[in-house]
Amino acid sequence: MMKQLLIGLVLLGLVNTTFAEERMTFRSELNQVRYQSLIKELRCPKCQNQNLADSNSGISVDLRQQVHNMIESGKTDQEIVDYMVARYGTFVLYRPQNTPATFLLWYGPFILLLGGVVLFVAVLMKNRGRGSK
Amino acid sequence: MKRIVLFLPFLVFLVLGVVFYFLLGKDTQYMPSALIGQPVPQFQLVTLKGEQIKQTDDLPKGSYLINFWGTWCPSCHVEHPYLMTLAEQGVTIIGIDYKDQQAAARQWLRDKGNPYTLVLMDELGQFGLDMGVTGAPETFVVNAEGKIAYRLQGVLNAQSWQVIKAYL
Repeated sequence: MMKQLLIGLVLLGLVNTTFAEERMTFRSELNQVRYQSLIKELRCPKCQNQNLADSNSGISVDLRQQVHNMIESGKTDQEIVDYMVARYGTFVLYRPQNTPATFLLWYGPFILLLGGVVLFVAVLMKNRGRGSK
Repeated sequence: MKRIVLFLPFLVFLVLGVVFYFLLGKDTQYMPSALIGQPVPQFQLVTLKGEQIKQTDDLPKGSYLINFWGTWCPSCHVEHPYLMTLAEQGVTIIGIDYKDQQAAARQWLRDKGNPYTLVLMDELGQFGLDMGVTGAPETFVVNAEGKIAYRLQGVLNAQSWQVIKAYL
């Protein structure tokens, strides 16, 4: 009884792993690592708050397959990202590109920090002037 | 001078209030296509009827719609009668049978009527990828210059048609 239950559980475990991800073979270890990191950084265009790795929607399955094919056919990471952006827009990138449109996103915090420092120094100078009076 | 500084937080509040007010009620799921303003990507697809190979050059010359559908897609059932209505009004619709079975698709058109001027099969979904499709139904407006002008994700109905027809 116990043994059967155990075998059942093990089989269930196997089912789960095959469901979560398609069986894919890679020509090299490096390709597999690249694949894993790419599908973590690319966003599922349908489900919006999941990356390709986590999503099981039809389009994510297709896009994972596409990433796999492109890696195996010798495309660089940049080429794959460009391919996705050309079709789905910058929306699919979890890591925003550094373009004029995203200037504030990248440098806004530093600009605010600089503003804060300037203000801080200004107040400090003013108070010092008052203190010596 | 001092008085103006005191009003700064209130001004910031006002600006943010106006910005947020105009963002209210916007569809958060709306995503413009990356292909707006671009020509239809190159393709080579087989027609559902007659099994001829068609290319980008075979697309209509005037403005038309490209509609992605599939017999597996529940919303496409909902959408189909409205496509029939549009076809009767003389709108040119190219159907892309997206990731579907040929026999099932033919049966569907026999049973429900065929609103499409041309139906192409995209069995593997490769053309869908090139068009940036995320599912079905999806409808693209191609204008008279052959450029993609608008993309609608979801069901095309009387309401969404009001928006779409302006792009034709």
